[in-house]
Amino acid sequence: MSMRRYEVVFVLAPTLTEDEVEQAIESFTKTARDKGAEVASVDKWGKRRLAFRVGKHSDGFYVVMTLNEESGTAVTELERRFKVTDSVIRFLSVRTDLALKRADKFKKEREARRQKRPAPVRDRAGRQEMEDALAAAEPAEKQEE
Amino acid sequence: MVRRRKFCKFCAEKIDYIDFKDTRLLGQFVPERARILPRRISGVCATHQRKLALAIKRARHLALLPYVAD
Repeated sequence: MSMRRYEVVFVLAPTLTEDEVEQAIESFTKTARDKGAEVASVDKWGKRRLAFRVGKHSDGFYVVMTLNEESGTAVTELERRFKVTDSVIRFLSVRTDLALKRADKFKKEREARRQKRPAPVRDRAGRQEMEDALAAAEPAEKQEE
Repeated sequence: MVRRRKFCKFCAEKIDYIDFKDTRLLGQFVPERARILPRRISGVCATHQRKLALAIKRARHLALLPYVAD
């Protein structure tokens, strides 16, 4: 079985004190660990302005957690806890391993295509002449890749 | 006046994974009225537009981007 990677983002109410924020993060991290997930990173963004009001709040404390686990049990449990915790005003968990793998594949394919591309033109003088002619014809045109 | 050819920003910059947390990047495709910029205007390719739209919707849920202009 391969590992899954999840990105769990939650937003805490701005009314919490610094200590309460730390406590909440600590407790959620523990929940994840207890359910057998490896907590790869916990990124605290700090207080941020929300794009719109959520309930009566216009700021929120953003926390991004990255988990590695075999199945989704820790994420399920975390989501259940987010729902019953009033100080969590928004949350979102996304499985990212598949998308990242796909992105990696695209990167490799692009690399392979570059390798296959024909060697650059040897005839430097001839190419220069052609480029000059092109530049003269369309002075301001930006060449697209 | 020569009209500039449109091109896909994500293809040009070789961005394969569009992160919903990257508000700076996503914000470029959410103009003032807060709607997702159509690709006939932005020139983004179909593949990337699909990913972009998903990322914007995720960001909206987390209140990182607006649903409606205020």
